[in-house]
Amino acid sequence: MEGQKNKPVLEVEDLCISFEMYGKGLEKYRLEMVHHLSLTVNPGEIVAVVGASGSGKSLLAHAILGILPGNAKVEGRLAFCGQCLDSAAQQKLRGRDIAFIPQSVEYLDPLMKVGKQVLGTGARREKKQRMARWKQVFARYRLEESVAGLYPCQLSGGMARRVLIAGAVMEPVKLVVADEPTPGLSETLAKETMENFRELAAEGCGVLLITHDIDLAFQVAARIAVLYAGSVMEIAPADDFSGDGSALRHPYSKAFLQALPQNGFCPIAGSQPYAGNLPPGCLFAGRCPKRTDACAGKVEMRTLRGGEVRCIYAE
Amino acid sequence: MKRLLLLIVRMVTLLIAISIVSFLLVTKAPIDPLTAYIGANSTISEEAKEEISEYWGLGQPPLERFLAWAGNTLRGDFGESIVYRQPVLQVIQERFQYSLALMLAAWISSGLFGFLLGIAAAAFQGSILDKAIKTICLVFQSSPTFWVGLLALSVFAVNLGWFPIGLAAPMGKLASEVTLGERIHHLILPSMTLGILGVGKITLYTRQKLLEILNSEFMLYAKARGEGKWQMIRRHGLKNIAIPAVTVQFASFSELFGGIALAESVFSYPGIGSAVTAAGLGGDVPLLLGIAVFSAAFVFIGNLAANILYGVIDPRIRENGSFHKKSNTPQQATGHGLDCSFRSKGRDI
Amino acid sequence: MDKAGDGMATGKKKMGGFWNRRQKTLCSIGFAAAYLLLALLAGLLVSPESYGVDYGAKFLAPCFAHPFGTDEMGRDMFFRSVKGLSNSIGIGVLASAASSVIALAFGVTAAVKGGIADRFVNWCVDLCMGIPHLILLVLISFMMGRGQKGVMAAVALTHWPELTRLVRAEVLQIRSAQYVQASYRMGKTRMWAAWHHMVPQVLPVYLIGVVLLFPHAIMHEAAVTFLGFGFPPEVPAIGVILSESMKHIAAGNWWLAVFPGLLLLLAVMLFDVAGENLKRLWNPNSGNE
Repeated sequence: MEGQKNKPVLEVEDLCISFEMYGKGLEKYRLEMVHHLSLTVNPGEIVAVVGASGSGKSLLAHAILGILPGNAKVEGRLAFCGQCLDSAAQQKLRGRDIAFIPQSVEYLDPLMKVGKQVLGTGARREKKQRMARWKQVFARYRLEESVAGLYPCQLSGGMARRVLIAGAVMEPVKLVVADEPTPGLSETLAKETMENFRELAAEGCGVLLITHDIDLAFQVAARIAVLYAGSVMEIAPADDFSGDGSALRHPYSKAFLQALPQNGFCPIAGSQPYAGNLPPGCLFAGRCPKRTDACAGKVEMRTLRGGEVRCIYAE
Repeated sequence: MKRLLLLIVRMVTLLIAISIVSFLLVTKAPIDPLTAYIGANSTISEEAKEEISEYWGLGQPPLERFLAWAGNTLRGDFGESIVYRQPVLQVIQERFQYSLALMLAAWISSGLFGFLLGIAAAAFQGSILDKAIKTICLVFQSSPTFWVGLLALSVFAVNLGWFPIGLAAPMGKLASEVTLGERIHHLILPSMTLGILGVGKITLYTRQKLLEILNSEFMLYAKARGEGKWQMIRRHGLKNIAIPAVTVQFASFSELFGGIALAESVFSYPGIGSAVTAAGLGGDVPLLLGIAVFSAAFVFIGNLAANILYGVIDPRIRENGSFHKKSNTPQQATGHGLDCSFRSKGRDI
Repeated sequence: MDKAGDGMATGKKKMGGFWNRRQKTLCSIGFAAAYLLLALLAGLLVSPESYGVDYGAKFLAPCFAHPFGTDEMGRDMFFRSVKGLSNSIGIGVLASAASSVIALAFGVTAAVKGGIADRFVNWCVDLCMGIPHLILLVLISFMMGRGQKGVMAAVALTHWPELTRLVRAEVLQIRSAQYVQASYRMGKTRMWAAWHHMVPQVLPVYLIGVVLLFPHAIMHEAAVTFLGFGFPPEVPAIGVILSESMKHIAAGNWWLAVFPGLLLLLAVMLFDVAGENLKRLWNPNSGNE
């Protein structure tokens, strides 16, 4: 783990996210979607969070920025550069020190020209400085000035992607949270996007990359966290994900890797449990080949071979 | 452009069909045709009666009568009003000026108030303010216009004496002597009555749209970029709700026209609405027909404006030519289809 | 793509505090139905004597004996208004029934037959909506020679367009739904599919549409009568009562207008609220939160 000389740019400790729900009649209940998640991102480091649909990846991103809906409850500790990241701090920091890169152009105002949206409201700088920075950013992401006059619906896929990144780096941010930045992009474009993230990291920015595409994550990330049904199963250096994944610790991470087309495309039976109906103990136990009765007990995260894993049999 | 042309063609054919239907309806009325055209207690000569009979093609089959009427109409001759003893077109023209002032005042004020109230309600969703606005709008929407008019009259004109009891100008004054101030003074109560009819709908619509937009992905992104609630509403909300709201306002022309008939009747305001009533009660077929066609044209203009607005302002339509191509943002998914008559779920009374 | 999973959690919104939607809906339907029955029953039971002429009691302000006051002939306004409301509601029921039958026939035909039939129905809908509703009501009533017959025909014949569109859209959507297509392919007859798939889906939407149509109908009846194209002056009807009150309001006899109008407003609102609640219960994504 490099970059220890500075404080981690993002620390997530024991994060739980739950939602207040109404069932039939007057019944009111709480549905926990993310359980005891811990994660750190250091300056200049790209950390990827991978997992299937419904594993709670986007919730993590939204929780960091404080943009979860009103009925969500967040427990645990969030810290940015050592400072507690409560909702007041989030309000102050988002857009200034923490940037969010959304999935698609659907996140842009359909009736506002792209240039104005990239420019943002940036409270930190004078208008003149912002314009200068804006020109710089546009040039950096190979966006012609004419693009500024277009509406989001007129952008091509690659252009849209660069516009969204440009919007994120208008301010000198220290942390970038990218939520699924690649779906729908061609391989070249996805690679280009990843290259952009690498550049950001090289400038000292921490990047939290949320994706379901483990292949891409593997190319740029320093560490990868594998999320399953709202729990982190394993956090490992990216190198461990090379080849057939034999260096990995958790049976789910291995299965996840082996389900990829280039690795034999052999998915395991069963499906991710629904948040309202989780098994006790290990969440993966229902589908795990190594499962024993002991798996029904509480399974804590533990350190193993330079990574972390939530499995009692991992070695 | 082609889309717009098709729309206009469709609307014009509808307009023609509407005049046919109106003609059939009115001429099927169980009153003597000749009486219908000259009035019951007319004292005109036999010669003049012949002339009118010929003009309207009386005694001929309905189709020919219609063609006679349509031909005259196309030449701008709507016949002579029995009740007012003037050419129909002149009656419409004179009275529409009064009605237009009334409708404009009501239309603009209800639009502005409704827009602002809707934004306030959505911004404070779930608060007491929101609930109060919602309840008031519900009551307004369910209140019969003529009853609201009577209440306004009773409170503001009779009890408080702030406004005159009716008419468009002080009684007994020559039209040339009436000042603008007096006209406005007479306009306030009727236009308020008419405005109350429309304000509920536009408020609830604006509120609903803004809530949708506040829950949309681009608002989430704006929030993630550090924009505050009001900044978000100002920067992204207003423009995105203004188009649908204005469109709905234009599409409410039909209700507006129905509303003036009632409001003018309560306030004895000499507009086109009270002319409809007078024509219907007095068996004035030419005037009734003329106003029916005119009202259809009025609604037509409103719908056309609504369609054009949607097409011109929204870049997505400008770009695609079609609205349903990419329906991902909430606005698009629930947006209006581009058909002739906007589905407006409001009441016209 | 995390959306599917997150959607389950974020899609639901908070509902009101003490009352949930189901209870609210049941309650509003109960109120509306009770009001409807009460008004109809009262209308049947109230004898014309109870609002008979009594010149000794002209223009009495609301008091214990006459809660709604009396008019220029000393008639009791409470009983007259109740009778009037029951007349209006009667017309409303009749008109909703007629309009809903037209709408059902038109909507289903358009959706099932398609092609020219569909175009024709759409054209009729546009035609009917192309004229301001009130003007159309006046025209039809005029054609029928005004009076009770005129207002009944006018209200019954003009309330179908929106419901037609609703029914058409609903049938179209279900017809193209995969499970219906599948049942055809499994060899089920058209009748079977219609009975097992269409009816249970379309019927609730249709009935809700009828409930929502009802307040429009009674309000339009009152409006047309108010203008003089509906019930004749000797029949107690809200429109007649309000129209008469115009003459006396300048003299300060406010109660002649206030109470009868309130009765009408209440009827319209109750049915509106009941209909909207039903709609939301049936389809939580529609309507305003």
